[in-house]
Amino acid sequence: MTMPMESPITFSNVGKIRWWQRGIFASQTGYVLLALAVLLVIMHFASPYFFTEGNMQNVAKNFSFIAIATLGVTFVIITGGIDLSVGSMMCFSAMITSMVMTELSAPGSPAGALFVHMAADGKTVLANVPGLILLVSIVAGLGVALVVGLVNGFCIAVLGLSPFVTTLGMLSIVRGLGYVVSNGRGSFPGGPDADYFYAATSGDVLGVPVPFIYLVILALAMAVVLHHTSFGRHVFALGGNEKAAELTGIPVVRVKIEVYVICALAAGLQGIIISGWLGSAPANMATSYELNVIAAAVIGGANLAGGIGGPLGAIVGCVLLEVIRNGLVLAQVSSYWQQTLVGVIIILAVLVDRIRSRMT
Amino acid sequence: MAKTDATPVLELTGIGKEFGAIRALHDVEMQVFPGEVVGLMGDNGAGKSTLVKIIAGNFRPTHGEIRFAGSTVHFNRPVDARAVGIEVVYQDLALSDNLTAAANVFLGRELKRKFGPIALLDHKAMAARALELFGELRSETRPDDLVKQMSGGQRQAVAIARTRLSNARLVMMDEPTAAISVRQVEQVLGLIHRLKEQGVAVMLISHRMPDVFAVCDRVIVMRRGEKRADKPIHETSPEEVTALITGAKEAA
Repeated sequence: MTMPMESPITFSNVGKIRWWQRGIFASQTGYVLLALAVLLVIMHFASPYFFTEGNMQNVAKNFSFIAIATLGVTFVIITGGIDLSVGSMMCFSAMITSMVMTELSAPGSPAGALFVHMAADGKTVLANVPGLILLVSIVAGLGVALVVGLVNGFCIAVLGLSPFVTTLGMLSIVRGLGYVVSNGRGSFPGGPDADYFYAATSGDVLGVPVPFIYLVILALAMAVVLHHTSFGRHVFALGGNEKAAELTGIPVVRVKIEVYVICALAAGLQGIIISGWLGSAPANMATSYELNVIAAAVIGGANLAGGIGGPLGAIVGCVLLEVIRNGLVLAQVSSYWQQTLVGVIIILAVLVDRIRSRMT
Repeated sequence: MAKTDATPVLELTGIGKEFGAIRALHDVEMQVFPGEVVGLMGDNGAGKSTLVKIIAGNFRPTHGEIRFAGSTVHFNRPVDARAVGIEVVYQDLALSDNLTAAANVFLGRELKRKFGPIALLDHKAMAARALELFGELRSETRPDDLVKQMSGGQRQAVAIARTRLSNARLVMMDEPTAAISVRQVEQVLGLIHRLKEQGVAVMLISHRMPDVFAVCDRVIVMRRGEKRADKPIHETSPEEVTALITGAKEAA
């Protein structure tokens, strides 16, 4: 490719779009990021506790608890779909993970014999291979998420059902299955690997909460996938014009199934992390979290009509929600106001974007 | 213009298509040779779009056979038609508004660079190639601009640039000159000439008589699902074609 970039065309009628009129500067994500920065400054002056190390750690941890699932749902939203089953998925994966962990750690059981043995004192249970139980149980938790994602994707992409109805049904199915397998009692991570489990889900590395580290890694990976792989390009194309995507030969069915699988896996991982922080996976865990997750994605600039969204927006949305919640607590406002305010912000964020796109 | 000794790039024999009780196409025979520009004309409902969709792999014909470059082909999906070298520029252009011009040109066949096991998009190469194609089309289109912000002519250029990427042997254009400026009509017709010079067969589906007579070697007129005329352009006239389209003249 010897062709220099300023080659054959002279642009006499078509002006160049200014840097501040394109990319992030012209996106809802940019505006919300600005609003977030303003909010942080206000919070700093409103409460001396806001920018303390402890509070910052708290904020980072809390928003990480929905942000990973938000990354997943953002994929789905970019294709023009929606996934309402993320809340139930979080609970179900967490539950399966801790149940498998407990099961494999019981020395008497047939499965347990492969993984644990009794110590010489006859009371302490020891792992045959440290960490193996943890690995197997997390794989099991993510495995059920994979299956749910495949079913969602199959119903939507192959059978052509509406994403809203399919995942609304899945919300109920998965929550119901959670109650069935647990008998409504909830489950607790147990056995010799439980300490590893807590360290891997709610520990710190050099003062940084582990969930936050996972979030940063996954967000970076998502940015690369969305903008620098053909899969990411096809995800955007699908949201922009599904018919065009089909005509240009993009494997529409496969891409759709893949985004629902990614979303379910992200929700499953999120659920496992939350259960580590809670110390258990109750059967009503993460109820209605799907609304927070979708709200965060939309506030951050993902367009429910499809074609627009990204990891930065997902995180900014989550941070904004968490800073507001945290701010209301520090300001000693009743936490019941939080939900009302979140609703107002969703509408405001979309409204600002609408006004902006009318102006240009 | 049609060289009878050459193998036709596209040959249709006895093509028919029924949608339930409706007969959309009946016994259509047609040959298109390399480097030939064929105008496909007809009123709305004459069966032009159905024929194009059959050739492009959107529909399967109920009867008949399609031969491409001498061998029989069966298209189940548009991708199959593309694989053998048939490209279509759709009337609604089939572009993704939220992507850049370059991304649209390369949609579904992105250029990639390998980094070990991972293949990442080669944005630079795609932008450079897209700019080159827009240059050929003499369209003032920046590869990095979003299609959302483009004029009708620019969108057309993006859609046509897409067909130039692969070495298509037959390009079908559905009303390419319907929604663009006079200056850009000239450019599109110029492009058709350039495709022709490179031995690409072009099928132009158009309502605009002057465009058909400006670039086509041959004109085919459809009416009520049947081929009513298939004539070299210099043996016919706009008046005769109009009469054939409206049915004032039954066949020629």
